[in-house]
Amino acid sequence: MMEVTYLGVIIKAILILAIISAIAGFGTYIERKVLAFMQRRLGPMNVGPYGLLQIAADGIKLFTKEDFIPQNANKLIFMVAPIITAATAFIALSAVPVFPDFTIFGIFVPSIAADVNIGILFVLGMMAAGLYGPLLAGMSQANKWGLIGAARTAAQFISYEVVTGLSLLAPIMMVGSLSLIDFNHYNETHPWMVFMQPLAFVLFLIAGFAETNRTPFDLLENEAEIIAGYATEYSGMRWGMFFIGEYANMITVAVLASIIFLGGYTDLWFIPGWLAIILKIAFMFFLMLWVRASWPHVRPDQFMWLAWKVLMPLAVINVVITGIVIMV
Amino acid sequence: MSLEQFKNRNVGTQNYRMLDLDPTPVTGWDKFKQVVRRSLSLELLVGLKVTLREMIKALFFGKMHTTKYPFEKLPIGPRYRAIHEMKRLLESGHYRCIGCGLCEKICPADAIRMDTHYGENQRKEVSEYTINFGRCIFCGYCAEVCPELAIVHGGRYETASEQRASFSLFEDMLTPIDQLKNQKEFPGYGSVSVQADKNIKKTPLAY
Repeated sequence: MMEVTYLGVIIKAILILAIISAIAGFGTYIERKVLAFMQRRLGPMNVGPYGLLQIAADGIKLFTKEDFIPQNANKLIFMVAPIITAATAFIALSAVPVFPDFTIFGIFVPSIAADVNIGILFVLGMMAAGLYGPLLAGMSQANKWGLIGAARTAAQFISYEVVTGLSLLAPIMMVGSLSLIDFNHYNETHPWMVFMQPLAFVLFLIAGFAETNRTPFDLLENEAEIIAGYATEYSGMRWGMFFIGEYANMITVAVLASIIFLGGYTDLWFIPGWLAIILKIAFMFFLMLWVRASWPHVRPDQFMWLAWKVLMPLAVINVVITGIVIMV
Repeated sequence: MSLEQFKNRNVGTQNYRMLDLDPTPVTGWDKFKQVVRRSLSLELLVGLKVTLREMIKALFFGKMHTTKYPFEKLPIGPRYRAIHEMKRLLESGHYRCIGCGLCEKICPADAIRMDTHYGENQRKEVSEYTINFGRCIFCGYCAEVCPELAIVHGGRYETASEQRASFSLFEDMLTPIDQLKNQKEFPGYGSVSVQADKNIKKTPLAY
């Protein structure tokens, strides 16, 4: 059934790169608009209709800004770090199915770039490897704020990797597979995973926010405390790559949550599967902006306390109870 | 609660209302119970509700705060102190300024400079009058001291200019003669208050 051709894989890789980059750019616009509406402002309005071309203006600005490298920085690592963030974010998306398989021009197209049978492990591993971006960036730039940001990166990402993995372990035990496509098929015969594993869903959301560096947990670049954290010395397109990586990671987490917990791309009543998953991803993305508009930052010590004393024990208990229920 | 209570600075005599707060947990078990209670009471969702409510109000009920400034402007009060205007007499159209020089004297920023001479009918006339808006601090003393309500503060507040300091001549600020019929008796800064006639009392002779 699977027809993996090299040409098809290349086309899909280019499509992922192009579409996700565009969506990441558009995401900044959506974020500014949603945050503005929640504060009863208008947001960007003047560039293009309803400010839609603001993305283009920002892109031109990013491309034409000076690419600045500090004098005492480790130049090679400083230049490579943003590429790591952007690359790992896009590589993670290669093992994520977004749409149902479809047929176009008589050719059967499975809508996943690489159907590896350890899909979840691959995606989580890639997002974990993404921690090298902020870490190396912060350590190479010879700036104390960057160094603090790098230290926080290591602490935050490694702690919350544990929570993500353990929270997903319970659904994995129920499905009995690591492939995301199997997760989607599981939803065709069972109720949504969120109703069977609500605790795992909440834990995964919290950990997902922490791993994508979103607001209640964006200690890496907390403007109020450490200027811009690991991104302090970055400018122009290198800074833009961090940004694109962050938004691509947000999309990855939104897709993961939709497929694992919210029923994926199975048809929902009268809504076709492809539309259903777009709506789910859009809602998850909106939730991240919504939370950013509502909640304040947490303190780093509270944050570590939350990970190791609350979330991890809860995740372990969840796994144990799930195991007992499956056995009985 | 009236304002007087807050003005009382004598410690110990104030009458404050103490808030009812839960006692701070001491033992570990109490702390644990507090965490569980706060987590499960879903207070976080209240925050989400507030922002969503504001968004819906803004988008669908016309409660957006933004004024699109260059296209929309907020009304300003009549007592706003922006760029000065020179008024004319409503009947004859002659400028009101009698050349007394009080505004020049009172100006704390030394922004006003005037020159006068005696005209044909032995009436003082203004030969030169400038305000240096690079120095003017818009305190309003000139409008307040003017006995004839000749110099007043107008509402033109957009004063960004390409030059560091811009001088204004008497003619620039004077009401154009063809606009005279539009000139209203000025209600703003330096003008006589509405109940001025009622407030006037005879000087008691006992002094």
